[in-house]
Amino acid sequence: MSTTETTESKTTDEPGGPADSVALYDVDHPAPVIEPPRKRTAKTPKASRGNFEMQTWLFMRLSGIVLVVLVLGHLLIQLVLDGGVSKIGFAFVAGRWASPFWQVWDLLMLWLAMLHGANGLRTVINDYAERDNTRFWLKMLLYAATVFTVLLGTLVIFTFDPNIR
Amino acid sequence: MSTATLEKNDSGSPSGAADSGAAHLITVTFRIRRFNPEVSDEARWQDFTLEIDPKERVLDALHQIKWELDGTLTFRRSCAHGICGSDAMRINGRNRLACKTLIKDIGPEKPITVEPIKGLTVLKDLVVDMEPFFQAYRDVMPFLVTTGNEPTRERLQSPEDRERFDDTTKCILCAACTSSCPVFWNDGQYFGPAAIVNAHRFIFDSRDEAGEQRLEILNDKDGVWRCRTTFNCTDACPRGIEVTKAIQEVKRALITRRF
Ligand code: HEM
Ligand code: SF4
Ligand code: FES
Repeated sequence: MSTTETTESKTTDEPGGPADSVALYDVDHPAPVIEPPRKRTAKTPKASRGNFEMQTWLFMRLSGIVLVVLVLGHLLIQLVLDGGVSKIGFAFVAGRWASPFWQVWDLLMLWLAMLHGANGLRTVINDYAERDNTRFWLKMLLYAATVFTVLLGTLVIFTFDPNIR
Repeated sequence: MSTATLEKNDSGSPSGAADSGAAHLITVTFRIRRFNPEVSDEARWQDFTLEIDPKERVLDALHQIKWELDGTLTFRRSCAHGICGSDAMRINGRNRLACKTLIKDIGPEKPITVEPIKGLTVLKDLVVDMEPFFQAYRDVMPFLVTTGNEPTRERLQSPEDRERFDDTTKCILCAACTSSCPVFWNDGQYFGPAAIVNAHRFIFDSRDEAGEQRLEILNDKDGVWRCRTTFNCTDACPRGIEVTKAIQEVKRALITRRF
């Protein structure tokens, strides 16, 4: 039967022994394999107790449902109704935040979106950061940014002064 | 090829007989990921072009390569009939059993790529270290746990109770699902779909009494909550198990048992 064997042009070595270069590895000195990630070692963390991951999982779903109303309502009011974006100005913001209803709406939206987004990014970091150190510092950066934004936003909503000049 | 018989040689021209015997064969290139730690720490692609019946399976092609072209090609297979779970590999970018994948079904006009499954340490060519996979499997206690005296006869169960976990009894521990999961690829700490499937098989078994314990194990930070519902596992499972649904049922059980 007619069978042909072709290797990629850049690899000239036959399996079993490289043709030209000096052999770095052989039967007695095989290349190191990458450690199996789930192998139990002294450094392996203990199984976690508590329901934190379950609670954050539930929070993502519940906050998502509330955010559908808050965010879509927000976008509708800000961008569509009553002349769209062109109406937005200092006076428009001042007028809305005069009402406790919109203050609560925006406060709730701020907290839920920030915690929801921060937790979402936490899972993204957990899923993609490969080294423990990278993971730790990315999360610290995330938490710092989240606390800063939530506190600043809350401060603005409560201390907003319509007579500022 | 096959040894021609005397009668055939007498009755027709030998070349004509060989032609008709080979008419159903097509030329297929297999691009295989090779790794041999005794030669190099780098994996590389190697092409093998062969004449093969498109109704044969990828496993038959691997056999043909190993037996006729390159005896160093290393892969696992045992039953060759889709039941032992030893030949899961990444074929044309998807996890499949080589013994259940027909060549004609996966576009033999283009080179067919064959790689080891991802997320586990490659030992040689298509052979990976399955230990982390089985470690997660053992962690969920995949055996019947009961209390009290052993009955003197079978533990009976209604057809409905048996039906409840029927889907997850079909698992053959091939690791196609776990090694298709992007969450597992990253750090390998996630229990993985296969461990959850096999926990599901006992959690929802009316005869078993350690469901609560297994749920607690999967409530771990690397348990079911790391699942991002990408459905890669369901797509990969050669047994057609609804893997993502099983994971979702375990999540639901964890939530409803407390609230
Ligand atoms: C409009 C209503 C929204 C709904 C219904 C919703 C729903 C969800 C759900 C259920 C998840 C979890 C996915 C998973 O566990 O696999 C999620 C993840 C996420 N959400 Fe939202 N969300 C909404 C709005 C937002 C907003 C406003 C932000 C940004 C502040 C945001 C940022 C994120 C991020 C970063 C993730 C993580 C992505 C991932 O896990 O793949 N979401 N969302
Ligand atoms: S659930 Fe399916 S893909 Fe996963 S190990 Fe079992 S048989 Fe293989
Ligand atoms: S060789 Fe047994 S499942 Fe493929």
